[in-house]
Amino acid sequence: MSEATDAPRVLEARGISKRFPGVLANDKVGLVVHKGEIVCLLGENGAGKSTLMNVVYGLYHPDEGELLVNGKRVVFTSSADAIRAGIGMVHQHFQLVPVLTVAENVVLGHEIRKGPFLDLARARREVAALSKEYGLAVDPDARVEELSVGAQQRVELIKALYRNADILILDEPTAVLTPAEVDHFFGVVRSLVEAGKSVVFITHKLREVLAVADTVTVLRGGKVVGTADPKTATEESLASLMVGRDVVFEVPKGPAHPGHVILSVRELHVADDRGVPTVDGVHLEVRAGEILGVAGVEGNGQRELVEAVAGMRPPVRGHIQIEGHDIGGWSPRRVTQLGVGHVPEDRAKHGLVGTFSVADNLMLNRYNRRPFSRRLVFERAFIRDNAQRGVKEFDIRTPSVDTPAGSLSGGNQQKVVVARELSGDVKLLVVAQPTRGLDVGSVEFIHTQIIQLRDGGAAVLLVSAELDEILALSDRIAVIYRGRVAAVVPRPEATREGCGLLMAGAGEQAPAAPT
Amino acid sequence: MSRSANRSGDGVRRAIETYFRLAPVTVPIYAVLTAVVVGSVVILAAGSNPIDAYAALFRGSFGSGAAVAKTMARSTPFIIASLAVAFGFKAGLFNIGAQGQLLMGALAAAWVGTWGWVAGVPSVIAIPMVLLAGLVGGLLYGGIPGVLKARTGAHEVIVTIMLNAIAARMAEWLINSRRPRILLDVTASVPHTTPIDAAARLPKLIPGTPLHVGFILAVLLCVVVWFVLQRTTVGFEIRTVGANPHAATYAGMSVSRTIILVLALSGALAGIAGAAEVAGGTTGYLTAGQFRNVGFDSIAIALLARANPFAVIPAAVLWGALLTGAGTMQLQAGVSSDLVFVVQALVILFVAADAIVRWVFRVRRPRDIDVTQDGAFAKGWGA
Repeated sequence: MSEATDAPRVLEARGISKRFPGVLANDKVGLVVHKGEIVCLLGENGAGKSTLMNVVYGLYHPDEGELLVNGKRVVFTSSADAIRAGIGMVHQHFQLVPVLTVAENVVLGHEIRKGPFLDLARARREVAALSKEYGLAVDPDARVEELSVGAQQRVELIKALYRNADILILDEPTAVLTPAEVDHFFGVVRSLVEAGKSVVFITHKLREVLAVADTVTVLRGGKVVGTADPKTATEESLASLMVGRDVVFEVPKGPAHPGHVILSVRELHVADDRGVPTVDGVHLEVRAGEILGVAGVEGNGQRELVEAVAGMRPPVRGHIQIEGHDIGGWSPRRVTQLGVGHVPEDRAKHGLVGTFSVADNLMLNRYNRRPFSRRLVFERAFIRDNAQRGVKEFDIRTPSVDTPAGSLSGGNQQKVVVARELSGDVKLLVVAQPTRGLDVGSVEFIHTQIIQLRDGGAAVLLVSAELDEILALSDRIAVIYRGRVAAVVPRPEATREGCGLLMAGAGEQAPAAPT
Repeated sequence: MSRSANRSGDGVRRAIETYFRLAPVTVPIYAVLTAVVVGSVVILAAGSNPIDAYAALFRGSFGSGAAVAKTMARSTPFIIASLAVAFGFKAGLFNIGAQGQLLMGALAAAWVGTWGWVAGVPSVIAIPMVLLAGLVGGLLYGGIPGVLKARTGAHEVIVTIMLNAIAARMAEWLINSRRPRILLDVTASVPHTTPIDAAARLPKLIPGTPLHVGFILAVLLCVVVWFVLQRTTVGFEIRTVGANPHAATYAGMSVSRTIILVLALSGALAGIAGAAEVAGGTTGYLTAGQFRNVGFDSIAIALLARANPFAVIPAAVLWGALLTGAGTMQLQAGVSSDLVFVVQALVILFVAADAIVRWVFRVRRPRDIDVTQDGAFAKGWGA
């Protein structure tokens, strides 16, 4: 941004190198942030974005290079030094105490005292003032655990501002937000910049970069591979810079040839862990050779729907039929044996055992069947062959099949799950958030695999919070809102805007305002 | 399961998992060395020469063939009982109840061994009968916390601690009670059970020493447990439940069934440890105080061995050696035999507080490449 270059440099990193055992995470990285500027730090997972920001925030000490804040050289030994220098960071995983109120969380570590006592009244007033000044609507007295994810993020921002941060580092801030919340969040970021703050925005989402950034710095393999002006850059140009080759956005996909009904869900009611009914009378049908995308803001019953279909959560009422079998009350194992693959939304929690080898993870759903084991004893040669096949076919980047799955990158972990669930005779694939947190290259690969499976005649139930993903893959789109299917739209008739409205509840008789 | 019990269970599991992930093999070895060094400071403070003391300790435990045999005999119950605890760790379960299960196994063995018809059968039948009795006793007693945890979410640590107290009192009553007489040998001056029949006694490995076949059995059990854990589908389920119970559910495994199975089998192993002591000991009977701390020490040994089914053997032999050599140390070096308890306690301390050992010996933490993912975040805002 031309006017920003005249503004003073508030933060500058020069030739930062940071080495971890076996990895050069940052290789002579430079970054300049001017006052009142939004700098996007773009890169795939493992490109070194977070390392650089942890150096800036004083969590890591760089092996080489120097940091300048407001033109003065600084050496941080801890995040406290960085905070004192006016740097604030909002981590991807919030650092909040759930049982404390908003005001208590904000002052934590910098409490205002009245004598020996905490002056909470003043804390509340200051939080309210900050929240008004920057349009960060939160109730200072609400307990953090009761807040939505978006509101928790606002608390984190207030926390940084309360500590007088002039430079805000936001690590993947939109990963947890709904489309509407993202728009609101961008508004907040702009108001911060107008108030004279500077923002470093870490992301791998190209759409957001173009929407909000003043300048873009692209990292790849620990190095700065370029800077771009978002006014002239396109998603394609940024992506190829980020990945190092041309990227296909829309995975080529022929028309669907739907066959017989494989999955039929009728009048399904499912409750969540607390017993609250979250799936409230869902009807769905998925046919062989088609992808049904379930779009919706997270928390509208998608998770419980998927878990019910996979046999992990018994329905309260209603029917789920797979290939004519009513699977109500079936165990996950019986459902799997019908030819159902399930890519769960939380790969670290459900999909993988991080401490187990890639080979063991690749047999997690079939370990008890021949030829993986015979009479309880494992056939180790077959397990190894199976793993090597999976690693090759699904392009899993791992030093060996004996490497613990948890030490792989997110994209490769997800490929392990996908390789396992898409192998064998899959009649129905249930996929939830298949590409969350993955880099462009892995997204492309996994999308291709899902489409290939469809073309092979499998039925696919795809649940994603990313509307772009739903639009790219689905043959029909079911929009879910408050546990009900608001509408089922054939892909050609579906638009981003139309789906967005349905996701926000426009299909209801009495539309409720989105949060 | 109730939510709160579930959460605290996750906490224990995470703590166990973190410990094993962070402690490479070198740490337990350094922990033992550090304990020995700190122990010598204690000896110096008591006015004795630590080198003399440790030399005497070593002579008493490994100095002669007889000493080695004694050490191995002493280690036998520790090997089996710590194997039981280690087996529980693999499923993320903290079986504090080895002591109680061991007592129950010993009681069952002492009882079955005195059955009239046992005297009439050959040893090849009588010995397995007695060991089986111990197995069943421990299995049932270990199954109780298993069922309670699986059905109600009751935490196994709490339940097994209480069951230990019950087992100890029950053993006292069963052994000491004169009216009604239950297991008491009425001819005994010090209360103990009626000795089991000669046919049911484990043969000595080396005649004239206390070393009996139980030691071989212990080593075999280690091999069996290793095989079950590493090479069978059941072991895979156990390890999966231990490493990530959510993934186990997702993969179609039954977490509650695995919990019952593991605690019952862990109890069975502890029960065998008790039975082998009754059948292999020189007396063939059981006194109420016989096992003092065997079950509890086995927890420490399992931790020292980092729950590895083979590493429990050297760890248990270390324990047996310390106890065996203590007498010689007291006689020859004039250092109280209680010092070995100080050393044992120091070993446990340094194994548990492995950060001290790491700091002293500069042992690197494994997998510290990607600190961003968890470690560094904990710092966040603040001081």
